[in-house]
Amino acid sequence: MTGTTSPITAEQISATTLLRFATAGSVDDGKSTLVGRLLHDSKSVLTDQLEAVERASLVRGQQTPDLALLTDGLRAEREQGITIDVAYRYFATARRRFILADTPGHVQYTRNMVTGASTAELAVVLVDARNGVVEQTRRHAAVAALLRVPHVVLAVNKMDLVSYAEPVFAAIAEEFTAYAASLGVPDITAIPISALAGDNVVEPSANMDWYGGPTVLEHLETVPVGHDLTGCPPRFPVQYVIRPQTAEHPDYRGYAGQIASGLLRVGDPVTVLPSGRTTTIAGIDALGTRVDTAWAPQSVTLLLDDDVDVSRGDLIAPTAHAPAVTQDITATACHLHERPLRVGERVLLKHATRTVKAIVKGLPYRIDLSHGLAHEENPVALEVNDIGAVVLRTAEPLPVDAYAESRLTGSFLLIDPADGTTLTAGMAGEAFAARPQAPAAATADDEGWDF
Amino acid sequence: MTTTVAQSDTTDSPYALTHLDALESEAVHIFREVAGEFERPVILFSGGKDSIVMLHLALKAFAPAPVPFSLLHVDTGHNFPEVLEFRDRTVAEHALRLHVAKVQDYIDDGRLRERPDGTRNPLQTVPLTEAIQQHRFDAVFGGGRRDEEKARAKERVFSLRDEFSQWDPRRQRPELWSLYNGRHAPGEHVRVFPLSNWTELDVWQYIAREHIALPEIYFAHRREVFNRAGMWLTAGEWGGPKDGEPVENRLVRYRTVGDMSCTGAVDSDATTLDAVITEIAASRLTERGATRADDKMSEAAMEDRKREGYF
Repeated sequence: MTGTTSPITAEQISATTLLRFATAGSVDDGKSTLVGRLLHDSKSVLTDQLEAVERASLVRGQQTPDLALLTDGLRAEREQGITIDVAYRYFATARRRFILADTPGHVQYTRNMVTGASTAELAVVLVDARNGVVEQTRRHAAVAALLRVPHVVLAVNKMDLVSYAEPVFAAIAEEFTAYAASLGVPDITAIPISALAGDNVVEPSANMDWYGGPTVLEHLETVPVGHDLTGCPPRFPVQYVIRPQTAEHPDYRGYAGQIASGLLRVGDPVTVLPSGRTTTIAGIDALGTRVDTAWAPQSVTLLLDDDVDVSRGDLIAPTAHAPAVTQDITATACHLHERPLRVGERVLLKHATRTVKAIVKGLPYRIDLSHGLAHEENPVALEVNDIGAVVLRTAEPLPVDAYAESRLTGSFLLIDPADGTTLTAGMAGEAFAARPQAPAAATADDEGWDF
Repeated sequence: MTTTVAQSDTTDSPYALTHLDALESEAVHIFREVAGEFERPVILFSGGKDSIVMLHLALKAFAPAPVPFSLLHVDTGHNFPEVLEFRDRTVAEHALRLHVAKVQDYIDDGRLRERPDGTRNPLQTVPLTEAIQQHRFDAVFGGGRRDEEKARAKERVFSLRDEFSQWDPRRQRPELWSLYNGRHAPGEHVRVFPLSNWTELDVWQYIAREHIALPEIYFAHRREVFNRAGMWLTAGEWGGPKDGEPVENRLVRYRTVGDMSCTGAVDSDATTLDAVITEIAASRLTERGATRADDKMSEAAMEDRKREGYF
């Protein structure tokens, strides 16, 4: 590994990739210490920030700088000594740029973990080596699995307090890996660390010769990012129609959007949904450059062969792999707001670039993330931080993918039509990959959800 | 232009975007979402580097059509003349429409009073809010970045404001995936931050990659300055220096551009973009810590200003 401890030059940073990742763990697991060390040892905490933290820590009577104050940005958070909201942190090494969603791990803040995990390609779950896998660890693993975070790191922290003993680490790693794999997490890496002493966070540990794997930072720097395009159906939600109507461009009509999944190629036969009209991609403008191919997550403008009716909210997909459109959606939901979600409620549903009216037809079950994913059948309501199944009927047909197939065209928000509040995050299809897969967006049959 | 990263020392997919391409794509997506969902968006444009990058992204997002938004500048009356000239040149070059709300007008007719410390930064909030109300803007793009300041680290990309422009951090909407909720009641508006995930270094690298022109004060030049509270302020009509503040001629550049009364220059010999990028990569101070007097007032100075409707 190179460059993590020396300043980065302009040349080194010119062509790095971006990794979005999330951390989950309670204060006692040493999450703030781990995050602080990653930021500090990658020289991302600057002198004036550190001085501000030192001043604030002294005022609170703490002898050593409390690195949690770096991320607890709100007055209420500092006063109460708790993290209320997701904090985004930015750091870089010579090899990669990182966006860290630092989420509070407490049970009350499931919605924050869900929010942080929704954009993450990797999640770091912390456990205390003395306690091993506890209920909260299972909850964190379940959220990562639910949000289909492709890579999960188990950081077994405080190894210094268990004499750096390999059997302790091996037992925890084995238990966690088995559990996360049973939920469908495809890639799990366990790393023994001491965030306080610095073992295996940035520098390899001199105290654990038995461990031959990467440090946390090495793993963050080398885990593959980017979309695996094979097997990903191309999806293009139309955001905006570009029609200059100028003397220079009298007939230009382009469909602007960000490719949500897969790769698009000039000449591809495509279908516009929900209308079902078919045409061919005539050209791709990649922000000023004409290209033959473009892929997720590029923002581009598509030109189509025929003068078909396309507007904001439509989805362009290859004719051979177009999603089914449906007005009946079965999904896993995380309820985000203090106002409970009940059967019969009328809501707005925002899917990709389209917002439609919808009604909650059923709440088949609630999942208890802390007790072996036990199902509570037919709950009265989904309360804030609850995760459960929801059945919806929409006013217009939507091209919804299964969330397992496509995170951006399989997800949606439920919004209160009265005041615009974001109520619920939804993921179409079954909650966990290990269970039998439901077909995309479920069936149009109202009776079909008793799986 | 999109380039893929060489696979020499990573295991990334050949389709992984560079970080600048990923950030650019995200920002363009945000601009297009606003164009698709709002009636009267406006871009806050000061002539500073972040607002210049915002405008560049907006131009790319809608090309070959013109940008479907107008611009709004809150002029403190203590702005750098070089920056105002640059602002007007840019507006003319792209045939844009610029609205200017002037703090000086508010002071002249008594609606605002000059502060004892002479800084006009906090005075911008009222003219900004009234311009938003008067023109019935429903989406207001700001160049704020989460890496700038710890209260900003908690800001959403779409940030709902009431009729007084107030920000309530406890009542923010959760923001998941790339699904932005822009619903608002009449009189409310949404502040939109397309550069939320950019760092200062990203902004400079992007400026270099895209060959974006900037006001010359961002590069090292000789200037009459004086030292106040550890910062080099420009001597000028706004009120400095006071007695006992000797003026020096120093080689400096600006890392941020704001009100002259509270924006400090840094010692620098960086006359080119490459030199600026190297300097920033090696800097041990944040841009606000190095150059903004108003953020040093208290631990929650930015949070308090934001709650009251500041940018």
